[in-house]
Formats: sequence, structure tokens, C-alpha cells
Amino acid sequence: MDFAGAYSGEFLVFLLDGLWMTLKIALISIVLSFTFGCLIGIVRYARVPVLSPVLAVLVELLRNLPLLLIILFSRFALPDLGLQLGPEGAAIAALTVFEMAMISEVVRGGLNSIPKGQIEAARSSGLSGVQTLRHIVLPQGLRRMVPPLVSQFISLLKDTSLATAIALAELMHNAQIIIGHSYNYAIPVLLLCAVIYFIVNYVLSLLSRRLENKMV
Amino acid sequence: MDFTVLTENMEPFLRGFLNTIWASLLGLAGSFVLGVIIAVFRITRLRPLVWFGTGYVEFFRNIPLLLVVFLFYLGLPSLGVTLSGFAAGTLGLAVYTSAFIAEAIRAGILAVPAGQTEAARSSGLGYVQTMVHVVLPQAIKLVIPPLSNQFINLVKNSSVLSIVAGFDLMYYGDVVATETFDTINTYLFVAMFYLIITLPLSYGSRVLERKLARHD
Repeated sequence: MDFAGAYSGEFLVFLLDGLWMTLKIALISIVLSFTFGCLIGIVRYARVPVLSPVLAVLVELLRNLPLLLIILFSRFALPDLGLQLGPEGAAIAALTVFEMAMISEVVRGGLNSIPKGQIEAARSSGLSGVQTLRHIVLPQGLRRMVPPLVSQFISLLKDTSLATAIALAELMHNAQIIIGHSYNYAIPVLLLCAVIYFIVNYVLSLLSRRLENKMV
Repeated sequence: MDFTVLTENMEPFLRGFLNTIWASLLGLAGSFVLGVIIAVFRITRLRPLVWFGTGYVEFFRNIPLLLVVFLFYLGLPSLGVTLSGFAAGTLGLAVYTSAFIAEAIRAGILAVPAGQTEAARSSGLGYVQTMVHVVLPQAIKLVIPPLSNQFINLVKNSSVLSIVAGFDLMYYGDVVATETFDTINTYLFVAMFYLIITLPLSYGSRVLERKLARHD
């Protein structure tokens, strides 16, 4: 083990470059998958004819496939369908599609957790379906969604590491290149990466706890 | 879909499929044993054990699975222990998943009302007797749904073995895709093989969850 060699300035900068890529890809994918996940969750909650069952099948398939397969598909199979994506594009596309399925289930579960009596009461007080969703269901549902959503975002951030399989220059990929110089760097570099991931995820979960307290 | 890719490469597909099942079963057994030990550590009143258990869970839940696998695959050789990709991958899978299983088990045990433990203890039952006869039988019902979810995740996560040459389904899928140049069809068949394992598991866990909920 060579801690001093592994933590030389050049390698640390290289790891930080990787961290930057990890954060960038994770943030873009979180925003996109949250947007699409909310839409799918609401459509499925509202039981829109035709669209809801189709989305149900799509979500069920995506949730039961390995993310790594979806990442490799985006990078290596989509070009045969006429869509050429680089490592960044493929990673974002795959993470978005996979996580949107997961998030839609969280959203649907949160909305379904609001007792039916409240919805009936709102409707019979003269509120429309959209008004009921906007003023009764969403405010309560969103609060219940925060903890599972944040753990989903933490999963997403960890899962960006799988994009090392398509040579995306994120944290784990850069770590692997450093380890390629010498096996004596392996444990020091991997431990440092673990600390970095841990800190980022810990900050995320602290933020979520604050958000939760604010909403109550 | 072009079935010739499947029929002409049945052997690698099946070998990968069986290895994925094998890695998942070994991973499940290992993570269950480790998970129970860590959960027990966390509910004892012995401070060092509680700290160790908490540290273990927080550490492994907040770092990517790939990093854990790399620690075994790339890190151990510098300590003089060399593992095959399959062994390192399965070991990493077991250690990583055990943190989630420990949390599920702990939550299940804590959900059994404290009054029951007090009643059992004041009726003269010892700590172990209380656990075996009163707490655990009730906790198991609460623990089975999250555990079955973890097993589905474990099957999907076993695809990281392909990154360390672990001869799993994803690995052989890559081999077939490279040899046949038919990436789309190859990946679709890989997806089909994963769904053969995960879809029945998802369905079964949902039925089980509903059955257990009805008994309350």
C-alpha cells in the first residue's frame, strides 16, 4: 500500500475531475428523472385510459432490469437504431429512464397514501379533480415522498459509478485509471473514493431532513 | 427480434444465466447471515457493538456497490489475496446487500411493541427466549417484504460482476454482442433472461406482502 504516492497532487486533481463529472451527470439525471417520474406517477394515479396501463408495463419492465444493461444498451445498441450517444449522453439517458420508473412508483405510492375520504370530501365540496390534486392530495403526498425520493437520489448518485463500463470519466473510472498505475494505490484510492461518496450522500440526507422539517 | 442470435449462442447465454443465479443465491445467503449479525449488534446495549453495527450500515449504504467489489477485486491483491472476478463480485454483493438487510431486520424488530418484550421479560422469560418466542416471530412478518425487495435488487446488481470479468449473464451478453455485432438483439435476450428471474420474484413478493398484510 502506498498512501503517499496515491494521494499525490496530480492524482487528487484527477479524482476531483471525476467527482465533478459524477455530480454533473447525477444532477442532470435527477432533474430529468424527477420530472418524468412525477408525470408518470400522476398519470398512473389518475388512471388515464390506455396511457396508464401502457406506462404500468413500461415501469414494471424497467424496474426489473439491471441498470447496467440499460446503460450498455444506450451506449452500444442505440447507434444501430440511429441514435449515437457519447458516454455522457448515454449515461444520462439510461439513468433518467431507469430512475424515472423508480421515482414514478414513489410518487404513485405517495399519492395513493392519501385517504380516499379526503378526496371524496373535496369533490363533494365542489372542487374539481385538478383542484383536489393541487390543494388536497399533492401537499400531503409530497411531504410523505421526501424520504423515499432522497434515498432514490442517493441510489442514483451511487449508480453513476456503473457508467465506468462505458468509459464515462466519472469518479470510479478515474480511480480505476490511477489503480492501473500500481496496485499499491488500490486501497488508498478506493478508501478516499468511499469517503467522498459518503460525504456527498450524507450531505444529501441532511438536506432532506431539513426539507422534511420545513414542510411539516 | 432475430432469434438466431439466441439459438446460435445458447451455450454462453445459459452459462451466464446459471452463473447469475448462482451468484445471487450465494450473495443472498452471505448477506442474510451478515445482515442478521449486524442487526443483532445494533439492538444490543453493548456500545462498541452498536457503534460497529451503525458504522457498517452507514458506510456500505452510502458507497456504490462497484466500489465494494473493487475493494475485493483490486484492493485485496495488494494485501496478498487474489480473488477471481466471480468470487470478488459475489463477496462484494453479499457485503453491500447485508447493510440493507441489517436495516430491514432491525426496523422489523423495533416495530414489535416494547410492551411485549417487557411483558415477556416480567413473565420470567430470558432475553434469548423473549427474542425467539415473542419478538422474532412477529418481526419476520414485517421483514419479509423488504427482504424480498432486496433479493430482487441483488439479482439485478449481480450484473456488476461483468465489470470484473465475473462470467455472469451480462458478461456473456457482452461477449455475444462483440462476436455477432448484433448488439440490439443480444441485449434484448439478456434482458429477457433477467426478467425470467426478476418478474416472478416481484410478482411473488407482492402476493406475499398482500397475504401477510391481510393477517393483521
